[in-house]
Formats: sequence, structure tokens, C-alpha cells
Amino acid sequence: MLFFSYFKDLVGREVTVELKNDLAIRGTLHSVDQYLNIKLENTRVVDQEKYPHLLSVRNCFIRGSVVRYVQLPPEGVDIELLHDATRREARDG
Amino acid sequence: MSWASLEDIFLSTSLASYLDKKLLVLLRDGRKLLGILRSFDQFANAVLEGACERVIVGDLYCDIPLGLYVIRGENVVLIGELDLEREELPPHMTRVSAADIRRVSCTVRRFPFFGKIAILEKLSI
Repeated sequence: MLFFSYFKDLVGREVTVELKNDLAIRGTLHSVDQYLNIKLENTRVVDQEKYPHLLSVRNCFIRGSVVRYVQLPPEGVDIELLHDATRREARDG
Repeated sequence: MSWASLEDIFLSTSLASYLDKKLLVLLRDGRKLLGILRSFDQFANAVLEGACERVIVGDLYCDIPLGLYVIRGENVVLIGELDLEREELPPHMTRVSAADIRRVSCTVRRFPFFGKIAILEKLSI
């Protein structure tokens, strides 16, 4: 539940989601759920020429199981908060 | 099973906001399906009405009609909402028939080293 809560706090931020099929999509994090499925808005594909079929896609739903990385802006990360939450989760979980 | 509330549609990650919309579904095997979402569930299983597969080889593409499809959620990579105001594909791409796209993709598969453009010139498309 830790990452679910963490991503919920990041809603509204610009993120880049890199998928296991090497597709990378940049967009605003609209929502996340318990499976870490992600909904992005204002999406644009990082390497647009390689993926012409995604030209007119502005919003998308990404299944959590296909995500490799979620790239975050460094200002979006409160390391101390994350550390505390992780310690709590390790202690209680 | 509970029905989608307004909150579900606007704030959450459920696919309820995509119902009855024309979508692009990317599958794990690289296929691209287009269609209207009629149903879904918690596994991202989906029912697409009027589905067609968009095959793209280089600058050529073809939409192959498939009809009513039920997609198993584990195969879904991404579900994208198509913006009807924008062009779905770059303008330099050409639409060809299903037979042509099949010929081109077979040739490209056999000779990947030479590049798709060289193959297309050879096939005089």
C-alpha cells in the first residue's frame, strides 16, 4: 500500500512512464489504483516517430503489470517522508 | 458487482470514463486494436465493439476489421483515448489494402537488415 499512497500524493505531477515493451510516455498523473494501474493525461510519447499510432492519444490507461519505471521530477520526491513510511511499513507489515 | 458512480468516472483509474468511446488498445504482442469500449472489469478484460487491427509497416498502414472482441486483461498494455480532433496518424502515412500490408510485412520479416524503405521501393508501392 506504500507505493499506492505515494503515487496518490503525486497526482497532478508530470511523470514519464516507461513500459516493459520499451515505450515511454510522458504525461500528467491523473490517478492510480491499488494495482498501480496508471491513468495519464496530456500524454505524449517520448519517441514519437517510432510510435506513429499514438499520435492522437491524449489520455490513456496503463495496466500496472506492464510498467517498468515511473520517472519522477526530483522536486516531487520527499526522501525523508519516504524513508519514514518505509520504516513504518517494514515495522508494521 | 457495483455500478460506477460519478466519483469513479472522474477521479479514479477505472475504465468507466472510457465506456462507449473509441479507443486504441495496445497488446503485449505488439498488436494495435481500435474499437469502442462496451465493457470492462477489474482485470482490465475489455469488450471492444467494431474492433479493427491497425497494422503499420514503415509508412504504410491498414485497418483490418475484426468485429466484436473480448480481450483478456493480462494482454493489455495500454488503453488510449483517441482525440477525434486530431489526426490519428501522421499525414505522410499511406493506407493500403490488407493483401498489400500482409505482403510487405512478410518481406520485412524475412529481410529486416535492408530496412523497410528499401523493401517498399522494391515492391513498387
